[in-house]
Amino acid sequence: MFNKNAKLADNALAADVPMKPTRDGYGLGVVEAAKIDPRVVVVCADLTESTRNLDFKKLFPDRFVQVGVHEQFLAAGAAGLAMAGKIPFITSYAMFCPGRAWEQVRTNICLNDVNVKIVGSHAGVSVGPDGATHQAIEDIAIMRPIPRMTIIAPCDAVEAKKATLAAAKMVGPCYIRFAREKTPVFTTEETPFEIGKALTLREGKDAAIIACGPLVHNALKAAEALAAEGLDVRVINSPTVKPLDEAAVLAAATDCGAIVTVEEHQITGGLGGAVAEYLAKSRPTPQEFVGVPNVFGESGEPMQLIEHFGMGVSHIKEAVRRAAARKAERSKG
Amino acid sequence: MNHLHEDEVKRLELTANKLRQHVITSVANAKSGHQGGPLGMADIFAVLYFHELRHDPKNPDWEDRDRLILSNGHTCPIRYAAMAEAGYFPVDELMTLRKLGSRLQGHPERTRLPGAETTSGPLGAGLAQAAGLAYAAKMDGKKWRTYAMTSDGEHEAGLHWEAMLFAGKYRLDNLVCIIDRNYIQIDGKTENIMPLDPLRDKYEAFNWHVIECNGNDVRDVVRAFEEAKAPEQKPICIIAHTIPGKGVSYMENNYLWHSQPFKPGEAEQALAELRAEEEKLNADHR
Repeated sequence: MFNKNAKLADNALAADVPMKPTRDGYGLGVVEAAKIDPRVVVVCADLTESTRNLDFKKLFPDRFVQVGVHEQFLAAGAAGLAMAGKIPFITSYAMFCPGRAWEQVRTNICLNDVNVKIVGSHAGVSVGPDGATHQAIEDIAIMRPIPRMTIIAPCDAVEAKKATLAAAKMVGPCYIRFAREKTPVFTTEETPFEIGKALTLREGKDAAIIACGPLVHNALKAAEALAAEGLDVRVINSPTVKPLDEAAVLAAATDCGAIVTVEEHQITGGLGGAVAEYLAKSRPTPQEFVGVPNVFGESGEPMQLIEHFGMGVSHIKEAVRRAAARKAERSKG
Repeated sequence: MNHLHEDEVKRLELTANKLRQHVITSVANAKSGHQGGPLGMADIFAVLYFHELRHDPKNPDWEDRDRLILSNGHTCPIRYAAMAEAGYFPVDELMTLRKLGSRLQGHPERTRLPGAETTSGPLGAGLAQAAGLAYAAKMDGKKWRTYAMTSDGEHEAGLHWEAMLFAGKYRLDNLVCIIDRNYIQIDGKTENIMPLDPLRDKYEAFNWHVIECNGNDVRDVVRAFEEAKAPEQKPICIIAHTIPGKGVSYMENNYLWHSQPFKPGEAEQALAELRAEEEKLNADHR
């Protein structure tokens, strides 16, 4: 059963759930952020339309900076803009920024502690036919170890807009990860969002799924299906991968005793890793990981690839059963 | 050819000499660090901090200050020396260079040292940040200028050329890129490692206004900075020809002194030579 406080859409799991890419939420959010704060500027690396900056460019032409295919400059130049008091949103595909610009993000933005927002679109294998070169599935892993960095992976277009606004408001470096493909819009304007806070979408006590990004929807579907099997599964949306909402993770481990993490990212170094690192020291708990198993992506249709790489609803259900079985095994011992 | 008063020339030359002495004592005390570049750039830094820049050592965050980005962060001993002499922090603090807990990190850090402007060391990233600053100043109609101090060796980094293209496109005439053209880098001569000449032509092709000067002649450095203020609607590049290790006989033009620890007696000899030069400067100008 859904947590009422999560205020999910009535048709969240229905066939007619509206579909929109999370990058659309960014496009709406950054325009709103710019209206609120004149310091907000957008820096673009030759991807105005696909990073959803057309409206911003039209409304704020003087605050739109085109740098061309210069991803290292995108990050380093933005550090300079921020030093002069701007709040730059630097936008590209996640593969190129932060991917190509990692050292500039690390040294020029984070070590400098300047207020730059990194917008990585087209993250995940769901980029689809473009193939492995453009499927950023290592981006969270390369951002997580950098001190001062906040990381957000919104679950749908509505949350993406809220995350964009919240990023503009917070002070400090922030990476927000968006997807190219249309995915279900299942949260509402009323759904709470706060950087650093996870939200329980569905109550449950037999196992807990902790997920981020559009796959949260698959997690909800899996939990609903498992209810029919008598498994009562909690679903937690954890859009902020860093700083992790440790209280929510600890409560999930304590109450449910079995954890499954779900993300459209390499299992290595992602949300699952963050959860495991925390629980290993605070409350070791059986955990299963749904994500890309340390292989490169490939061309295909987006949803086909989600299934191919083991992140579909059936895979999440399997992972929950495994985690619950390990929990049962443990309580016997 | 320029109207710099002799008293000002003497003051700047003596300042450069003092900065060189600080470089030797602080790097010798740290037992590691870079000497060649900092010594070669001493005259430029004397002119920057004591003649050219609009800045306030007591108010390093002054909003309308000129920004000086040190891109070749490894040469920070010369910036630290200039900042100490200018009054940003006590001269004694130079003896904390590269020590645990010091504000004077082996490569400079913005969050630790007020007035450092940026964190640098990884080469090729300074001009990009300076271009971002200059662009923001233009957006806001601000009059302050941005200076990027760069090495010639770091011109091999691709990011630097990205910044050159950007500054040229947006005609950032409030941006000055100074190149310490000393023809050395860690592994040897720049023209052997990865040739950069004709460097002037490259900048001009990127829509920059180029000025060349003798970077070890304070008169000529001042002249270059004056010319850099003539409005051309182009970013300005000053190719400052310098002698690495300038002022210490055994270091001059020897690429090994990009950075190497002093052997016993070497720092003392360097200081003796610099003090002799100081006396000579005082005598000449008397």
